[in-house]
Amino acid sequence: MADKKEKVDRVVMPEQDPDVRRRNFMEVPLGLSEEMAITEAKRCLQCKKPACVEGCPVSVSIPEFIKCIADGDFSAAARKLWERNALPAVCGRVCPQEEQCEGRCVLGKKGKPVAIGYLERFAADWERTNGTGDVPAVAEKTGKKVAVVGSGPSGLTVAGDLLIKGHDVTIFEAFHKPGGVLVYGIPEFRLPKEIVASEVATLEKMGADIECNTVIGATVTIDELFAEGYDAAYIGVGAGLPRFMDLPGENLIGVYSANEYLTRTNLMKGYLFPEYDTPIARGRNVVVLGAGNVAMDSARTAMRLGADSVKVVYRRSREEMPARNEELHHAEEEKIEFVLLTNPIQFFGDENGRLTGMECLKMELGEPDASGRRRPMAIEGSEFKIDCDLVVVAVGSNANPLLTKTTPDLALNKWGNIISDPVTGKTSKKAVWAGGDIVTGAATVILAMGAGRAAANSMHEYLTLGW
Amino acid sequence: MAKIVHREELAQGTIILNEIEAPRISRKAKPGQFVILQADETGERIPLTMADTDPEKGTITIIYMVVGKSTARFRDLKVGEEYYALIGPLGAPTHIEKIGKVVCVGGGTGIAVLHPIARALKDAGNEVTAILGSRTYDLLILEEQMRNASHTLHICTDDGSMGHHGFVTDVLKETIEKEDIALVVAIGPIPMMKFCSLITKEKGIKTMVSLNPIMVDGTGMCGGCRVSVGGNTKFACVDGPEFDGHQVDFDELAKRLASYTEVEKQSVDAYNKCKCNAN
Repeated sequence: MADKKEKVDRVVMPEQDPDVRRRNFMEVPLGLSEEMAITEAKRCLQCKKPACVEGCPVSVSIPEFIKCIADGDFSAAARKLWERNALPAVCGRVCPQEEQCEGRCVLGKKGKPVAIGYLERFAADWERTNGTGDVPAVAEKTGKKVAVVGSGPSGLTVAGDLLIKGHDVTIFEAFHKPGGVLVYGIPEFRLPKEIVASEVATLEKMGADIECNTVIGATVTIDELFAEGYDAAYIGVGAGLPRFMDLPGENLIGVYSANEYLTRTNLMKGYLFPEYDTPIARGRNVVVLGAGNVAMDSARTAMRLGADSVKVVYRRSREEMPARNEELHHAEEEKIEFVLLTNPIQFFGDENGRLTGMECLKMELGEPDASGRRRPMAIEGSEFKIDCDLVVVAVGSNANPLLTKTTPDLALNKWGNIISDPVTGKTSKKAVWAGGDIVTGAATVILAMGAGRAAANSMHEYLTLGW
Repeated sequence: MAKIVHREELAQGTIILNEIEAPRISRKAKPGQFVILQADETGERIPLTMADTDPEKGTITIIYMVVGKSTARFRDLKVGEEYYALIGPLGAPTHIEKIGKVVCVGGGTGIAVLHPIARALKDAGNEVTAILGSRTYDLLILEEQMRNASHTLHICTDDGSMGHHGFVTDVLKETIEKEDIALVVAIGPIPMMKFCSLITKEKGIKTMVSLNPIMVDGTGMCGGCRVSVGGNTKFACVDGPEFDGHQVDFDELAKRLASYTEVEKQSVDAYNKCKCNAN
């Protein structure tokens, strides 16, 4: 039986042609058809002890939702997903499945794992376009009020979970649109913003209040929220403080942080200028510094904004690049060049303060450092120049102190991240939980969601039983 | 929320005052802090320092000059209409203390930013001399309010239509020659702040300026507003907007402010043309 099933190849997601998509902002993978989804769902062996579920940070009932798809009941599949995950359309798109659910799939041992991410995305998309507009059911009201600070992936997860358990939830967001990194960071071509809006609308239908344009720490503090009658608070404000490299010329016009570059493009829709008012520089020769997913998003965005050439400059080698393989592959298909073992040392500009180029050093890899990665070392005398008119610095981000400095009894580590219990998300402050990038430093969407899930369970316990 | 409850045209239809409903912000705001405003969903986010707050009414006041598309959109909002987004209070408040004799220099709409700071300095027991400048007397704003917020008031106009015929820097120079000044606060166009700082530097008088770089989020998450202060990069939205004028690289700031000049022109031309067609 199992042997026979393995003979069906894993489905291949249809995609926009690289030569076309590198100049538009439409989503790259086009999604599965119903037939493709059913065929792929039938590859699942329906394991009694499914390893895939263990690989999922929010423990989605994977074989069960896949069974629904195999049976052609797509609506039931979506409902099964909702039981554990309020944001399946997002997760199906941005999770690194190869390291999580799909990495554990038994079919992956001999052949290719079931395309769990594609199927999750399929079920969620199907429900959004063909569904009844139903939302996950919520329990009877408990009368408890929870403030969720930040509407990124972890905050939305906490909100969804606590709503299901019957609590009143208000989400506070500093920007004018909810979604956090899902709306300002991850580009339209990877995660269409209508999907984020739809998932947020689901939470609103479940009863969530969303207060945008509210900067906790500036507009109102955590303590003031408690004084307003909130019973508990979750802090999921992310790691929104860009790191620069502190190199000469870094303040030249044309040097952007990835946060600014992506916020202007995605949240403010600078790519639609002048229909939208926010301008974004359209570089001809673009260099992106860094090699994580944010760097790939920036490079692919620059290509879509009409660049002649886009180079990713990284001080280590291909093997150490932190971006997902799929993202690297997509970037390469879109003619992004990789300049590896290369480190910038300064930027040059003209008399108007506009960037004209940069100087780099070639690197070689030495002994492994504390992180286990081989340490890049400069090769003396290897200086060379790259002409460029736009540089995006995507070398990571730190914790933003806006909230924490106005909440003095919140314990922080030396980097300014909030210290919270790794299992429950409890902080040093009574009735306050924290999770996601503000705790871990910049990490992934699904890890933030996993932290949200754990915190929501702990908060529910507190709200019903006490600390 | 963010509803305009009062609107005034302060000068020739180009300088506009909006009093806006914002209970939380008005309770929290301190002199020197700013807000980010967005006219509508397709608009951009613009920083403006608050000219006043009324915590009892739950309102804040902003004053701006119409210089581009976004401020033109702000101008076109009527009383009763709402800003799509209003965020604040942002930035670090002015450090107010009793220090002695203080000179507050304001140029153009910078006077709106200067006003709550001058008032707070006076309330703290300082002897405040105000020096206000504008191109022409018709464009001078908040004269009466600044008279109330100071002990001595000088007016300077480029065209000589009122007060001293010339720049605020002339009067500043005279004042610091005659008196023992402990602090100068200079807020206005970049050349004005730059030259005020140069003048006071010679005499070693502490000088605060309020910077107005390009901003996007205003909460420290993008670094678009970065400025060089004493050789270090600072984010004006969280580390400022006020800095030691003797440490600021004004030339770099001026260049960075011109980042989008060309496209901004396209944007405002298209907007004005489209408004003409509609009328």
